[in-house]
Amino acid sequence: MSKPGTLRVTTPSDREIAMTRAFDAPRRLVFHCLTKPELLKRWGLGPPGWSLVVCEIDLRVGGAWRFVMHGPDGTEMGMRGVYREIVRAERIVQTESFDDPWYPGEALNTTVLAEEAGETTLTIRLLYDSQEIRDAVLKSGMERGVAEGYDRLAGLLDSLRVGEVK
Amino acid sequence: MAPDRLDATFAALADPTRRAILARLAAGDASVTELAAPFAMSQPAISKHLKVLERAGLISRGRDAQRRPRRLEAMRLAEANEWLERYRRFWEGSFERLDALLDELKTKEKKRGRAKR
Repeated sequence: MSKPGTLRVTTPSDREIAMTRAFDAPRRLVFHCLTKPELLKRWGLGPPGWSLVVCEIDLRVGGAWRFVMHGPDGTEMGMRGVYREIVRAERIVQTESFDDPWYPGEALNTTVLAEEAGETTLTIRLLYDSQEIRDAVLKSGMERGVAEGYDRLAGLLDSLRVGEVK
Repeated sequence: MAPDRLDATFAALADPTRRAILARLAAGDASVTELAAPFAMSQPAISKHLKVLERAGLISRGRDAQRRPRRLEAMRLAEANEWLERYRRFWEGSFERLDALLDELKTKEKKRGRAKR
């Protein structure tokens, strides 16, 4: 059994949000899990109760991808985009936008897989059109953006705990 | 928690001075003068930050009419933290399932490798 890694969320630049997570497997396998619909549907996207009901991937530059997720209360969330760059087992660059848009424009998603001693580090960077949009995502309390807020809050809570001990 | 309240909380937490003020208030109530002391900032500038924190529900004012000490609203922080933890679990749940799937794929490959030999 592999041990679950720690999910880290950072803001590498004014317009970006990044997520990093390590997996105990070669990057070739991680790449399969990120790009093959039959595998993607198995680890899904979301908490228990959510499922990936539509997962279409045309894995070539200029090819489209489309996901639709169903929630336990009948909520439906659709996402789509186009592949811009594909380096097998190493790197994927794709656009992404939501059917029900909650920020203007598209985000550019860059996924990088780095392997060391059989362990793969997955990094997902999301680039938005402007700092205003990135900040709006961070403040919206929705989707990925919240994780950055969580990081800020975690730091704050740590400092508060120090205060309590005194 | 209502989404607009969350917006206000994240906006309030996005500033280092305001985070420092909250950390200070975690050690105990403090007046505006006391809060302004560690910062190279005018009292009106600190008051502006305090207004943002107050609107976000992160601090409140004490009864003492003279000092008007500010107090940390710890419940509000705990609520925000709980909401954010749910969000983190949104991703972590998926990645834990991916861990399990990768284990399964590795085992299958090993078996296939042995069968070939």
